[in-house]
Amino acid sequence: MKHIEKAKVISNRYIADDICDLVIECPNIAKEAGAGQFVEVYPDNGENLLARPISICEIDKTKGTVRLVFRIVGKGTALFSELKSGDIIRVLGPCGNGYRLMEDSKKTALLVGGGIGIPPLLETCKELECNKIAVLGYSSGSFLAEEFTRAGAKVYISTDDGSEGFKGNTVDLLKAEDIKADVIYSCGPKIMLKFLSQWAMERGIDCYVSMEERMACGIGACVGCVIPIKDGGDWTYKKVCKDGPVFDCKEVIW
Amino acid sequence: MDTKVNICGVELKNPVMTASGTFGSGREFSELTDLNGIGGVVVKGVAAVPWKGNPAPRIAEVYGGMLNSVGLQNPGVDYFIENDIPFLRQFDTKIVVNVCGHSIDQYKDVVRKLRGQDVDMLELNISCPNVDEGGMAFGTDPVMVEKVVYEVKKDADKPLIVKLSPNVTDITATAKAAARGGADALSLINTLTGMKIDIHKRAPVLYRKIGGMSGPAVKPIALRMVYEVCKCVDVPVIGMGGISNGEDAVEFIMAGATAVAIGTANFINPRATADTVRGIEEYMEKYNVSDLSEIRGIIE
Repeated sequence: MKHIEKAKVISNRYIADDICDLVIECPNIAKEAGAGQFVEVYPDNGENLLARPISICEIDKTKGTVRLVFRIVGKGTALFSELKSGDIIRVLGPCGNGYRLMEDSKKTALLVGGGIGIPPLLETCKELECNKIAVLGYSSGSFLAEEFTRAGAKVYISTDDGSEGFKGNTVDLLKAEDIKADVIYSCGPKIMLKFLSQWAMERGIDCYVSMEERMACGIGACVGCVIPIKDGGDWTYKKVCKDGPVFDCKEVIW
Repeated sequence: MDTKVNICGVELKNPVMTASGTFGSGREFSELTDLNGIGGVVVKGVAAVPWKGNPAPRIAEVYGGMLNSVGLQNPGVDYFIENDIPFLRQFDTKIVVNVCGHSIDQYKDVVRKLRGQDVDMLELNISCPNVDEGGMAFGTDPVMVEKVVYEVKKDADKPLIVKLSPNVTDITATAKAAARGGADALSLINTLTGMKIDIHKRAPVLYRKIGGMSGPAVKPIALRMVYEVCKCVDVPVIGMGGISNGEDAVEFIMAGATAVAIGTANFINPRATADTVRGIEEYMEKYNVSDLSEIRGIIE
């Protein structure tokens, strides 16, 4: 069940040049949220009307908070970057279907995140109770990486400019390190997800990808945020906000 | 205080409806707002067969509004009859089916299939700007408007609302044509065609380049058109275009609208319909209005 809440800002800080780490108190949403889901945050400034979908980075059901780590990409997220503790924002959630987590503790889950696709994998990592490997790709530098280590994952880092870890992309890193896993949970740029899916399918590994598209309502009513998905021998447009954002990589038409 | 309104013999408990395409068939919103509080749910466009719709991006935000180019993606009338009518009938609200087609025959197919079904009204969509055939192509030429309305009306067993396009030089010409064709009511406005360019990518934001604009920014245009149409036809008018609250709704009623519909505001505030009903009631209380007919069309 979704809720609309007037959420109180607990804290807001920069963790990289254009990346903000926002913690908000919204107990009803926190109570129902799971790894891989997102919330819709309304700018409510009169000019920017549509809510911004932001993935959930961490959930604290006891404190009733959710943590949102987002990149400043436009006017809405710039507005959110200026929020101060005590401010109130209108939030709708939890939205979408998250990751279905593997329950076999003897197996290995591989988390592959690219850039601002990394945050939702942190909650995923914390909820998983199996062997965990996190492959985190950045353009330059890193953020959140130590938190994956603290959540029990063996962490590999790749950067486009070689400033940290492996120089190159995440899929090249997987090949270079010959990483093995039983299931993959991934979020990041579409091009990364596409090549990761190929890598996974060649090895017969189940791979779940979190997709993105421009949204209006965030609940499945406006049918704005569609991507083509295989449907028997045919295909159909599915809604990222309601049918996803997480899809089995084998269903996605890249 | 009485907020009831009557459109072609169908009594709505209040004048607040949903605008087609912004509310699905109510299922998603039922989690967030009480559908029993809505005068009528106008469902997303229903075609004779499933339509895939347009490629994404289908959505762009613009100042005070948005553009969409969904292209009437829908699972078809058979699916609608089987799944959505029983769902909506659980609630005490009127069901209005928005009917779309690429040709007169396709509109007629949908209307024939809806004969005898448990719905309250039909809304003929001859104003969607996001499809190549049908839609707005029918709705901008008065001769065509009269013809398609006349043909579809012959098959309809429920009151027929005709939804008009604002993308015309003279809205009264298409309004009068629809009334001559036999429309029982008119609804307006559909979206205004618009565009947005991403200057960093040097490309249009929407896949189809041009889409339909809606939201608070279009309200003055919609209000003007509703006012003009109410002055020139005798059939009831359902006003829409940027309505977000009770005050907006009262403006449209004063311009002559019998009922109003909430569209884009549903995306910004999933409880916009309920808030609008409450806002209208507050206005009535404050100004001692006991029936909306006291203020309807009072603008000369």
